[in-house]
Amino acid sequence: MSEKPTSALPKEDTKELHHFVSDAPFDLRSVQTLTPEQEKIYFASQLTLMWWKFKKHRVAVWSGVFLLVIYASVLFSEFLSPWNYQTKHTKYIYVPPQGIHLFHDGKFEGPFVYELKRKLNLETMTREYTQDKKKIVKLSFFCSGDNYHWMGLISGDNHLVCAPIGKPFFLLGTDRLGRDMLSRIIQGARISLTIGLIGIAVSFFLGIVIGGAAGYYGGWVDMVVQRIIEVLQSIPTIPLWLSLSAIMPASWSPILIYFGITIILGLLDWTGLARAVRSKLLSLREEDYVLAARLIGAGPSRIIGRHLVPGFMSHLIASATITIPTMILGETALSFLGLGLREPITSWGVLLNEAQNINVVAIFPWLMIPVVPVILVIIAFNFLGDGLRDAADPYK
Amino acid sequence: MIPTLVLASIVIFTIIQLPPGDYVESYIGELLAAGESVDLERVEYLRAEYGLDQPMWKRYLLWITNFVQGDFGYSFENQRPVSEVVGNRLWLTILVSFATIILTWVIAFPIGIYSATHQYSWGDYGLTFLGLLGLATPNFLLALVMMYFAQTIFGVSIGGLMDKEFIDQPMSWPKFWSVLEHLIVPTVVIGTAGTAAMIRRIRANLLDELEKQYVITARAKGVPPFKALVKYPLRMSLNFFVADIGSLLPSIISGAEIVSIVLSLQTTGPLLITALKSQDMYLAGSFLMFLATLTVIGVLLSDIALGFLDPRIRLQGGADK
Repeated sequence: MSEKPTSALPKEDTKELHHFVSDAPFDLRSVQTLTPEQEKIYFASQLTLMWWKFKKHRVAVWSGVFLLVIYASVLFSEFLSPWNYQTKHTKYIYVPPQGIHLFHDGKFEGPFVYELKRKLNLETMTREYTQDKKKIVKLSFFCSGDNYHWMGLISGDNHLVCAPIGKPFFLLGTDRLGRDMLSRIIQGARISLTIGLIGIAVSFFLGIVIGGAAGYYGGWVDMVVQRIIEVLQSIPTIPLWLSLSAIMPASWSPILIYFGITIILGLLDWTGLARAVRSKLLSLREEDYVLAARLIGAGPSRIIGRHLVPGFMSHLIASATITIPTMILGETALSFLGLGLREPITSWGVLLNEAQNINVVAIFPWLMIPVVPVILVIIAFNFLGDGLRDAADPYK
Repeated sequence: MIPTLVLASIVIFTIIQLPPGDYVESYIGELLAAGESVDLERVEYLRAEYGLDQPMWKRYLLWITNFVQGDFGYSFENQRPVSEVVGNRLWLTILVSFATIILTWVIAFPIGIYSATHQYSWGDYGLTFLGLLGLATPNFLLALVMMYFAQTIFGVSIGGLMDKEFIDQPMSWPKFWSVLEHLIVPTVVIGTAGTAAMIRRIRANLLDELEKQYVITARAKGVPPFKALVKYPLRMSLNFFVADIGSLLPSIISGAEIVSIVLSLQTTGPLLITALKSQDMYLAGSFLMFLATLTVIGVLLSDIALGFLDPRIRLQGGADK
């Protein structure tokens, strides 16, 4: 190995390399041209990218549509339900669900239901209903029927579908007072669905403010907030709910109790969100653009609210979407324990509260139907949240 | 850890005191409702005996110093020391919680791993959907329905934690078997919600790991697929899981409370809820405090375990301080 290894570099004694700079104007497109498709992707805004990514998750899109539809229905609950949800049909107590028929005696009659014959079974002491195959109850659309007060304000009697007053038309059966379950479920959606939204708004606000302060200031603020979160997370939620809702005086009106419960649900839910905000801020606050903002003279609240939080807002929204179901379930749990909402306010939790003994499962199983919308909504929120979370990071 | 516990004790005490009135008042209310007369002297005597006439901070100090010394106070309603009332039930609660946690793991692990390795397949969608179904069904209703079916189809009465003839009997194999039989439904019901959450988190964490370059390298150099999955990615994705062990307890106990009421289990759940409702403050307070302590210890243990599992966390933590 006497020979020196040859180097790839030019030898030192060669002539100095000529340094060349072209004067011609440089046009990027001459080197690399973007196809129209590429252009579309490269120049798309972040929101557009997120939308494309979101659209890929088919189930999430459909869940979103489903939720939009049923949230829209909340505005017209009274119109959509066939009866006023509080009307007691004393002749029809514990009626099982009825089926809609189209043909009577081989003749097309339009949608109708059969009238019911009632018989008291003296052995089991229950009412038994049988279909009266001779008499039919025709259904009409966009008709005037049972009276109601829309949102407690405007009175009206228009319904999407209804039967003549006094005739039986209970698609999902009736409860122990003869109230129509379908109408009650539709009405309950208003409370149950909005409870999640208001609760999440409260917890969102608290989470961003408290978590933001902890992450931005660090130091002792962070210490205190961390301890508070730890404490709240180390106590089971049910006792907390219980005692907080026991504070609300019984003299409060149902509406006040409703708001009280949403606030309780929100007050105990912010910890997870605050943690997420805090850990994000801890890493983001060292970025150059934060320093720049501070040098220009922006205050902490502006830096947090204007520069830092929007950077991961999409993540927050996605995680908030997944916690809405917790609130809806929390409300049902509270109502089950008799500490949630009370009649006459009707929520899915209140409805399920009536389905809590084994007799119901055995004899009146249709009283458990309110669980179906609960399950559907919760699953939809979960899928929507999944899709949003994927979309929140469109560059992946 | 100590500051957290002090803070927790203050929070718990305030929460218990928050509802208006005290136990004596609700006791009097009960007496009046039953048509009995109440004389004021007796009321004052009761108040003084239970320390209810003291200002709140004094009561708090009294309670917490006793608690630290192992005296958990006196249950008004049961007329017995709290440690006696809670004692037996606590073991059952721990048994149910423990069984639930094991069940959750046994179900969630394989499903989570399968979903992550078969992302967007029918199996993934189907299993995720099943998990969500468990998450979405209110626990108490599921408990009711399962109780009904267990009775009508299998002929097993599943209320309570054991068959009636075994209550107050010494431990024996038949009794143990009976307890086991009765444990199935509660653990399944309580576990459903947790399982779904666990599946999704295992799936998400494992997916994050599987995308990393070292996995590709491992595959490229011919590491068998199973080993390439288990050796590092799975281990890394377990961090969250260990970190969660501590905080699992409160949520399981919350879930167990409602289910216990439906199934009339002799656990601490129903006890706690009646205590809270009737303002039996030492019972509720000491029990909650006990849970909080358990949780804080659990979090501490899981932090230590995390340090062992992933040396990076241990080293980073040291550098920060």
